[in-house]
Amino acid sequence: MGSKLTQSNRAGWAFALPGFGLIALFIIVPFFFAFALSLTDQRLISPNPTQYVGLENYRNLLGLAVVTLEPERDESGEIVRDEDGALQYPRVRSITRSDEYSQYAGMREWFRWQSGDNARVVVASDVIFMKALVNTLTFVIVVAPVQGGLALVLALLINQRLRGINVFRTVFFMPVVVSIVVVSLLWRFIYDGNDGLLNNLLSGLTFGLFEPVDWLGNTDTALGSIIAMSIWQAVGFHMVIWLAGLQTISPTLYEAAAIEGASKWQTFRYVTWPGLRNTAVLVLIVITMQSFALFAQIDVMTNGGPLDSTQTLVFQAVERGYGKQDISGGSTISVILFLLVLTISLIQRYLTRERT
Amino acid sequence: MRKTSLFAAALLASAVLPHTAHAQTELSMWYHGAGNEVESKLINKIVSDFNESQSDWKVVIESFPQSSYNDSVVAAALAGNLPDIIDVDGPVMPNWAWSGYMQPLPIEESVIENFLPGAIGRWDGKVYSVGLWDAAVALYARESTLEELGLRRPTLEEPWTGEEFMAALKAAKDSGNYKFALDLGMNDQGEWYPYAFAPFLWSHGGGIVDRDTYQTAEGVLNGEAAIEFGEWWQSLFEEGYAPGTSEAPADQERGFIEGDFAFQWNGNWRAVATLEEVDDVVFLPAPDFGEGNYIGGGSWQFGISASSDNPEGAAAFIEFALQDKYLAAFSDAIGLIPSTPGAAAMTKNYAEGGPLEAFFALSEQQARLRPVTPGYVVQSKVFTKALADIANGADVGDTLDAAVDEIDADIKRNQGYGHEG
Repeated sequence: MGSKLTQSNRAGWAFALPGFGLIALFIIVPFFFAFALSLTDQRLISPNPTQYVGLENYRNLLGLAVVTLEPERDESGEIVRDEDGALQYPRVRSITRSDEYSQYAGMREWFRWQSGDNARVVVASDVIFMKALVNTLTFVIVVAPVQGGLALVLALLINQRLRGINVFRTVFFMPVVVSIVVVSLLWRFIYDGNDGLLNNLLSGLTFGLFEPVDWLGNTDTALGSIIAMSIWQAVGFHMVIWLAGLQTISPTLYEAAAIEGASKWQTFRYVTWPGLRNTAVLVLIVITMQSFALFAQIDVMTNGGPLDSTQTLVFQAVERGYGKQDISGGSTISVILFLLVLTISLIQRYLTRERT
Repeated sequence: MRKTSLFAAALLASAVLPHTAHAQTELSMWYHGAGNEVESKLINKIVSDFNESQSDWKVVIESFPQSSYNDSVVAAALAGNLPDIIDVDGPVMPNWAWSGYMQPLPIEESVIENFLPGAIGRWDGKVYSVGLWDAAVALYARESTLEELGLRRPTLEEPWTGEEFMAALKAAKDSGNYKFALDLGMNDQGEWYPYAFAPFLWSHGGGIVDRDTYQTAEGVLNGEAAIEFGEWWQSLFEEGYAPGTSEAPADQERGFIEGDFAFQWNGNWRAVATLEEVDDVVFLPAPDFGEGNYIGGGSWQFGISASSDNPEGAAAFIEFALQDKYLAAFSDAIGLIPSTPGAAAMTKNYAEGGPLEAFFALSEQQARLRPVTPGYVVQSKVFTKALADIANGADVGDTLDAAVDEIDADIKRNQGYGHEG
């Protein structure tokens, strides 16, 4: 295999060269740049000389610790309670800013839980990055199966010989061709908390019982709203890939199944699904990678708000690298994201490998 | 790509413009107003007037859309491709000057002595940029609203106090005639936040960063005054006086005109359009929360890039552009505040008795520059996020503390941003 590739295939290499060249220039080289920058304190523009800082950028992003807070006690050692009976704790900043606990310097509370009278506080060097990481993972975990599954259902629906089926194919595919920025702007109107389409629709369907929700302005609904809209937007693309997969399955297999008296479910389970194996792997990996790159919707619709409920890794990388001119911080996020996506893709490849 | 388009522009220009002399040295210039026809026409007029007025220099202009202008300049600076004359947003100028992408402007102080303070960009004791205009913010209201709610009309000498302002909002809310008592334009999470809302913080006695040293925000952005400001800010949204960050841009743009808002905190660039539809609109000065009343100053200005080989030529153009007639022309066309009283007298809106006269006085007396430091580009973002978070219900003290930590860490990482300390 190796020898064949390198020796007797000059024309092949020549044909591949433009593609490889572009990929090297615009993907591989920038990645090594990003990795190099992430080890420095490089600013986008600055007269200060660039310095090598080792792994400091990574520590600044990934630092985590748990702090135990004891409730405030009065002089006699009794626990102080406020009017509602709630325990009083010292401010986390009194620890993260004090010289006694220099290991927590610069950290901030991410979340806390109660253990007995004490409060356990998870402090992070970069709370926004942590929230972005969690949001991005949530997004991927929801979008990958739901979008892939929905796309398969749509593909099965339109893989029939019906009059006017092309109309449906076009309609389902339409959102993919529209620019994501335009789609995001439109959905901003749909989600409008005042008199948006969605609120109007829901209140119409429930005869006015439905209380209008500020979909993008509420921390509980903002990420969900973006997930729903993103699934809708790209589902057509994956539907087409599934459709291509469906059409490679030989009709004779279906005929054989029909003769054997297989039910619809059995046909799907034992004929269609095994035939879609490679397509499924492709769709899953592509959706995962696309989901990790979530950016435009956030940039247009929420700017990461409200209260960081829609921060994502790519949005933060851009916000830091360009907005705050901290190109080394942005690069560090990109490198972490790359490693994350690489790891997950490899795991997916391993789990979906051909077993002999 | 840029080379070719420059070349194409030059070709086009040489075909269209009469050849005055072949000895003219070409000066390139970038401008942020692409897509705005009126603005383009004006700036092109200044350029062609200048090119015809003398035979040494020829300015060739290239326009960019505002939203990507700063990125384009930064990218060009990194690539070493800056034009001779650049257009720069006032508060960003120190960052570019400090980074070594701009050089001091070699023009006489006497040329700019009558200019509004917000129209002159200084860094490190030297003038780097000058603007043809400034912008101002005012509290839009209807005369009829004030009467109906029985409110005193505030003046520059005697603005509303913080209590009067809150009483006005309460009266507007209780009247039930409005969807919201006040609109702040919270949907625009860009430079609008520090520009429009930092003055409220100043008026409470706080600040974004310590202006004596520019080395820390501790005690300024999280001191008592700032916390008081933060609680007040949060109350505006908690008590339903103002729409929050998820407000739709269309509602924001039409809300005051359609009577959904009793008051609106808005810039003078919307004033002309509002006047056309609301007859009895009045522009009120900012309320005074105890430590004076302010508005933000500093808009787009012209400067010279450090890499320019012909700073004299660039300065000659900028001086040429600073004539009152051009200042007035810009003002008449897009409603901006002309930088000099002389030019103001020539405009239809800002002349004595003109409908927007109030803005000139606002700009002259209340305008305060945003922090003049290279670190402002970061501080602006941190401040914006803190205000958005507080509006969305975050704990005031914690949020401001976190903002202070981020600003201080950034200043430290940049070795103090070149301030003598």
